[in-house]
Amino acid sequence: MKIHEYQAKAILAQHGVPVPRGEVVYSAEDAAPAAKWIGGSVVVKAQIHAGGRGKGGGIKVAANPDEAVEIAKKMLGMRLVTHQTGPEGRIVQRLLVEETLPVEREFYLGVVLDRAQGKVVFMASSAGGVDIEEVAAKTPELILKETIEPGLGLTPFQARKLAFGMGLSGAAASGAASAMIALARAYEAVDASLAEINPFVLTKDGKVYALDAKINVDDNALYRHKDLLELRDLNEEDALEVEASRFGLNYIKLDGNVGCMVNGAGLAMATMDIIKYAGGNPANFLDVGGGASAEQIQNAFRILLSDANVKAVLINIFGGILRCDTLATGVVAAARQLNVQAPVVVRMEGTNVELGRRILLESGLNFTVADGMKDAAEEVVRLAR
Amino acid sequence: MSVLVDNNTRVLIQGFTGREATFHAQQCIAYGAKVVGGVVPGKGGTTHLGLPVFNTVAEAVQATGANASAIFVPPAFAADAIMEAADAGLGVVVCITEGIPTLEMVKAWNFLLGKRTRLIGPNCPGIISPGKCKIGIMPGHIHRPGSVGVVSRSGTLTYEAVDQLTRLGIGQSTCIGIGGDPIVGTNFIDAIRLFNEDPETEAIVMIGEIGGTAEEVAAAYVKENVRKPVVGFVAGQTAPPGRRMGHAGAIISGGSGKASDKIAAMKAAGIAVCDTPAVIGETVRELIH
Repeated sequence: MKIHEYQAKAILAQHGVPVPRGEVVYSAEDAAPAAKWIGGSVVVKAQIHAGGRGKGGGIKVAANPDEAVEIAKKMLGMRLVTHQTGPEGRIVQRLLVEETLPVEREFYLGVVLDRAQGKVVFMASSAGGVDIEEVAAKTPELILKETIEPGLGLTPFQARKLAFGMGLSGAAASGAASAMIALARAYEAVDASLAEINPFVLTKDGKVYALDAKINVDDNALYRHKDLLELRDLNEEDALEVEASRFGLNYIKLDGNVGCMVNGAGLAMATMDIIKYAGGNPANFLDVGGGASAEQIQNAFRILLSDANVKAVLINIFGGILRCDTLATGVVAAARQLNVQAPVVVRMEGTNVELGRRILLESGLNFTVADGMKDAAEEVVRLAR
Repeated sequence: MSVLVDNNTRVLIQGFTGREATFHAQQCIAYGAKVVGGVVPGKGGTTHLGLPVFNTVAEAVQATGANASAIFVPPAFAADAIMEAADAGLGVVVCITEGIPTLEMVKAWNFLLGKRTRLIGPNCPGIISPGKCKIGIMPGHIHRPGSVGVVSRSGTLTYEAVDQLTRLGIGQSTCIGIGGDPIVGTNFIDAIRLFNEDPETEAIVMIGEIGGTAEEVAAAYVKENVRKPVVGFVAGQTAPPGRRMGHAGAIISGGSGKASDKIAAMKAAGIAVCDTPAVIGETVRELIH
């Protein structure tokens, strides 16, 4: 689960990372009192779940409260397009109004899982304020890493190594080291899958702050963080994806015209791939799970057909323990109830497959029963044209 | 022959009395697996499916001589169940559970370091040595005893590949579903090493997907060490970056984990990478005949 910058900063502050003084506002009028109490010039930052906001016009400095209101008026409701949003962009609905800081230097701090080591790794770099992936590709020597031992957290000596290693000294180094320990603590406390401060800044008066912040939370751990669930912003998610998640379906909208319904994540990805290989474009990823009950199939059908781009549907099910006749009955019932007009290609394998095929063919509905994955993909791509 | 599990494997079911555990334990028993009992804290001393239930894995091992387990306990308790199984000295622990918090798996994974336990999963279909032993939720009947080792991060996609092999008359030595989570106990390299050292495994099928670099690491190992034919497939060539594709571990992040990188590394290692999953079986047949 992704959360907003201002929410991430609140979590960091709770754990002891210094953050700029600021306030989130939902209307342009509210920007004035916020700018007033903060004092001096303020920065107005669009809150969307994507990076690269500055280049897209989503971060602007205001000299006074009136200017803050003017900027907020333009920013709220605007469609902000960045390299991470895709061409459709995101509508800005929340703004963070924050104090400006006299920045001396910019750094990068990040905490991520290292799958190969089975441990969490803390990364720090003197090359902050830029895309860290670019730093990793061009100047990997500028990224310092410390592995966190489970149960220990980032130790003070590791934090000092990183702080001095980034070229800090004196009070700034100890301030940075404390902030790093706090960041690692926050990562663990909220079960993050990623926590980044980019840039982490040193000000001209020798203090350190998290100028930006990004935290992604491990979806698997949300059951033990009821408080974090409230931070979910449904406006940032695709409406169909939100709907699918309510029924325990894994649905991701893509931009093609071949809808697909598959059981199992790996097979679902492979089905998208084979549609592409056959010259078409998948409209979605949809995993109905290993069991795939009749009710789930119906919901899955309904959701994938709500995408207006879908011209044909491919159902690819490897029924192992799930019986093909049960599946076919579910598909027929769902297609009848939803009055499905689009051509549907069904490819299924497994127990009672012959009976399943017969149920589909005798239903009188617009089904094509395909033999293998390849035939199924070619057929559905042809029908979608 | 086979790797990790065979006729001598004596299996415990952790979380035995649950609905899924009960169903799949029955399926494993019907396939011929030697299920010797189960563990459910608080239900020790009772029986389920005619088999004894114990409060702890340690007690169960002492009473039954079990050397493996299948874990079906809910995600909040599964990492602890893994550690309990390892503490009791089980040789093979298969964790079926999906949805374990990653930081819990970090703890469990590190607890296993230096212990003799081989963990398979979590979030996996399990392991099967056709005709001998099945610990997991895969449909047993699509398998056939033989000499191809299969290792995969996916469930149904593995069934797909196995089904193709069996239809072509090609049997499997052992099929290992290593799981779709970011942290798994057994990775491609571990499974491929086992298959490489197994004299009766003649060819290897590896089925990867986007996310992480386990396929690249395994490809480097194959290049250096494996002379048996290896056939590969990577799912997710059309997956958008930054999105979690069903499996917790199937995500392209920070420019790493792309299918194209994995395919390139596997091809460079001499692995026959299939363009589509529809030709995995045929590709194996061409290489072994």
